[in-house]
Amino acid sequence: MFRSSSSTTQAVLKASTSASRVARPFRAKLRSQRSFATVADPPVRRYGGLKDQDRIFTNVYSRHDHGMKGAQSRGDWHKTKEILLKGDSWIIQTIKDSGLRGRGGAGFPSGLKWSFMNKPNWQQDPRPRYLVINADEGEPGTCKDREILRGDPHKLVEGCLVAGRAMNASAAYIYIRGEFYQEASHVQQAINEAYAAGFLGKNACGSGYDFDVYVHRGAGAYICGEETALIESLEGKQGKPRLKPPFPADVGLFGCPTTVANVETVAVAPTICRRGASWFAGFGRERNQGTKLFCISGHVNNPCVIEEEMSIPLKDLIEKHCGGVVGGWDNLLGIVPGGSSVPVLPIKKCEEVLMDFDSLRDAQSGLGTGAVIVMNKSTDIVVLSYLQFYKHESCGQCTPCREGTTWMSKMMDRFVEGRAHQREIDMLLELTKQVEGRTICALGDAAAWPIQGLMRHFRPEVERRIAEFQTVNGHVGFGGHLSSAMDETLAVPDNLGLRAPEPQPRA
Amino acid sequence: MLSRLSRCLASSSRVAQRRLISTTPRRRSDALFVHRDTPYNNPKIPFEFSPENMKRADDIIARYPSQYKKAAVIPLLDLAQRQNKGWTSISVMNYVAKLLEMPPMRVYEVATFYTMFNREPIGKNFVQVCTTTPCMLRGSTEILNTVCQELGGITPGQTTKDGKFTVIEVECQGACSNAPMMVIGDDFYEDLTPETTKKVLSAFTKGEKPKPGPQSGRHTSENSAGFTALTSKPYGPGEFCSPEFQ
Repeated sequence: MFRSSSSTTQAVLKASTSASRVARPFRAKLRSQRSFATVADPPVRRYGGLKDQDRIFTNVYSRHDHGMKGAQSRGDWHKTKEILLKGDSWIIQTIKDSGLRGRGGAGFPSGLKWSFMNKPNWQQDPRPRYLVINADEGEPGTCKDREILRGDPHKLVEGCLVAGRAMNASAAYIYIRGEFYQEASHVQQAINEAYAAGFLGKNACGSGYDFDVYVHRGAGAYICGEETALIESLEGKQGKPRLKPPFPADVGLFGCPTTVANVETVAVAPTICRRGASWFAGFGRERNQGTKLFCISGHVNNPCVIEEEMSIPLKDLIEKHCGGVVGGWDNLLGIVPGGSSVPVLPIKKCEEVLMDFDSLRDAQSGLGTGAVIVMNKSTDIVVLSYLQFYKHESCGQCTPCREGTTWMSKMMDRFVEGRAHQREIDMLLELTKQVEGRTICALGDAAAWPIQGLMRHFRPEVERRIAEFQTVNGHVGFGGHLSSAMDETLAVPDNLGLRAPEPQPRA
Repeated sequence: MLSRLSRCLASSSRVAQRRLISTTPRRRSDALFVHRDTPYNNPKIPFEFSPENMKRADDIIARYPSQYKKAAVIPLLDLAQRQNKGWTSISVMNYVAKLLEMPPMRVYEVATFYTMFNREPIGKNFVQVCTTTPCMLRGSTEILNTVCQELGGITPGQTTKDGKFTVIEVECQGACSNAPMMVIGDDFYEDLTPETTKKVLSAFTKGEKPKPGPQSGRHTSENSAGFTALTSKPYGPGEFCSPEFQ
């Protein structure tokens, strides 16, 4: 490709880059700058297209038996004893090598998290040690753990044993949200079968290691999905998050070292150990390896739950597995890529992002739980800021969140109608900044981010509504008070915005 | 200052029920948090676990360390609520507190915090319609309206006159790929349309129990136009594993 004539070289290069840009829009941004010394383009890898043989959750649609017999025929509990006998450091190293990151939303490297339990001299600590499985799946849009709990409960129970061995835990509690009655009974059945087969309890799987697994059903509180709130709830208290430090790895459930992990994270561990870390690390981009359950809901033709390779382009995921957006891709308004607490992406970004932690973070959103909520142009985007949800679910412990969610939701309710002053948009944004990062847990952030995302991408729509309302009803002050309702004979303070001029609309 | 206070007190004795200026406005009981004795809900109504529930309760308590018996409060309240026709009365809470040897206040705290404990009687069938975003996008408002109309024009939060149905609006129930959905009792009814909603409700009115799950004919959460994954037979034990685990 490199010719002596510089002008032709440049022309060729230009042509090749522009051609590649047309053919491979997803890669264009990610590739590092090409130097003249490069002989050829590095092979471009397209992610996605996972084969059935590489899917970990083979009974995600509950088409097969979820009991012990069915699970064993699908490879669960196969040579679990050998995995356990490899010891804690081998399991943790395997998980580290596989690049598995927590699937519950934060994406913390799992191997590292599990290793926090094995501090130097941990053997001298007489306290019991717990693994807590977070199956309190409540994030709007997320329904992946439910499919694991009812279709592949043995994967989870076996995962508890393997992960428990890695962190030398003595027992695991599976905290299942109260609404999942059917799912909890499937898991309970799996546990009973595992005890009967000798896979759990004293000398689990004949490895000489004692391990118990218990189910605990919650009672309907979204906040209990936060790790310390979950621990509080498990202790029989109100689910109000604890201050950290001390971190649960030091003082957690019942005052003992505890690790809280998502269902999917734990359930994939045995398969990773059996099939090897390099197999799992072979999927997805660097630092975002593995496979992941995505759940797609909203305005797609065929919503579904699907296990796919990480880093699959968002557009591919929707076109390939969900039959496309209702009314065609051009009818798309925006996509929330990771459950309600991450900011919305406009159509332009939806075309280029990959479904992994880093790509979505770069797009100012997040992978979260992998819950894709698709909205087409029939959606009223201003209504959908989930604030009613967060207002309902705020535990009331920290003032910024308790008061802020109510306050923000009142303001957003007015914005739906347009009954506001243009400057209130910035006031609302300032309010979100004051809620964000000032609470014990991330619920305050989760309530603030959707608003920031909305204003980042759909601010003109909100401004249009305000302008429209004002052309009909006249000037509006702060707090939605109509100027026409003002009594001129009274001394009205200036800071009510009743006389404040509207800022000029931006070009 | 003192004279003013005495004047205030004097006037308050003259006019009974008069509030001092510094007190907050008095609010009437909010159904959510305050308990007021009523003929159907007061501490004098006895409550006790039935023998088989007592066995279940012992089984639940045994899951937790003996010094942390109170960890069982949520499962036990749930069990007691099931026995008490789906709602948690003050006697239920007191009984659970006694059983777990914890102060009753700690139980009240828990029972008021979690949304699945109903502290007012509910109808025989408890209908919970999800109206959070993913369901809303797929038409849950219509479903909620259909449910309310079908049940004689009640509004969310109300019980029908015959005591058969209570309808409430709930937040995300975790079946978003099968939206819109509602929960009746413990079962999820998913992929609803106004027609199938009516069908499900009329079956419950007749005392039948329709098949839970998606009402559109799909099995669970697969692509309704045909499988895009997991079409082949699942791989068996040891297949594709590294040599030592084959």
